[in-house]
Amino acid sequence: MASAKTLRVALWGMVALVAAIIGLIALNGSRQSGDTLALANFGAPFKLASSQGGELDSATLKGKPYGVFFGFTHCPEVCPTTLFEMSATLKELGDQAKDFRLIFITVDPERDTVANVKDYLANFDPRIEGVVPTMEQLPEVARAYHVYYKKQPTSDGSYTMDHTATLFLIDANGNLKSTLSFDETRDTRVEKMKKLLTGG
Amino acid sequence: MKITHQLALACALSVAALCVTGPSIAHEIKLGNLVIHHPWIKQPPGGAEVASAYTTIDNNGKEDDTLLSIAVDGASMTMIHEMKMEGDVMKMHEVQGGLTIPAGKTVELQPKSYHVMLMGLKAPFMEGEEVKGSFTFAKAGKVDVDFEVVAASANAPMKH
Repeated sequence: MASAKTLRVALWGMVALVAAIIGLIALNGSRQSGDTLALANFGAPFKLASSQGGELDSATLKGKPYGVFFGFTHCPEVCPTTLFEMSATLKELGDQAKDFRLIFITVDPERDTVANVKDYLANFDPRIEGVVPTMEQLPEVARAYHVYYKKQPTSDGSYTMDHTATLFLIDANGNLKSTLSFDETRDTRVEKMKKLLTGG
Repeated sequence: MKITHQLALACALSVAALCVTGPSIAHEIKLGNLVIHHPWIKQPPGGAEVASAYTTIDNNGKEDDTLLSIAVDGASMTMIHEMKMEGDVMKMHEVQGGLTIPAGKTVELQPKSYHVMLMGLKAPFMEGEEVKGSFTFAKAGKVDVDFEVVAASANAPMKH
């Protein structure tokens, strides 16, 4: 009897141990896939009004490297500077970047319409495409890219926007490859773009 | 000998004339103890409703002064903003009550820092254009200035 009881305890002990091991493996696995998910399919999916007409479906971006940048047309400095610098970089890269697309997503749909984003982007490289979410769509797409934005009222009753100024570089598989900050030098920008385009 | 002298003099005079008449004159405006250096506007993207203007102001006096307002022809409204990067986030806020120019100090309005935000543009400012405007200070009063419009890609005016 005593030996049967010991056996039973030992068996239950093994069950508990195996359960614990399975649990740990499962937890670990989910953690790992969580990490990958954060960088894989970065930001996507979205389907939003485009400055080039119709909607831009993020699924159509896959297969080629692309960039994503959030801004607004009433932005006096960060946005035009980034777009001018990227236009210069794309010009410099020429054919090497012929399939590259840079998606400019407005954080100010209250003032930015598809038409005025289109006019605004006419100043820059044609590889830059504007996307105008609705006020309802904006929080979701911003969250997907981990982008912060906040309306700042000004004394004339108008407002300006604080926003994340990072440009995301995404590879052909939809994974976040690198980022360009506002302070990036021309050389670093070109180097990161070349790495993205060559898959290096 | 005489001809050589005359030639030398002519040469010296032409060089001097070039220095004085060319666009290379240092663009400085004095107002009491204040010196305003080269006000400039960054050419905005065509169709943009906003632009930004910059300058550097020295206060050589013993008292602080305050830049209260700026007027720029072709912009219906101006505002002094401070821009700063907090990590990856660009933040802008209006400088309330004017921008203090401390005694004995220099304040720079430049990209990534303080700037004059120009709103309600009537027509786009084009590179090379001279735009009329004025600065008003609490103590030193008002002075007319010319802003030079500089290429959009520039982070500083042309070095003169």
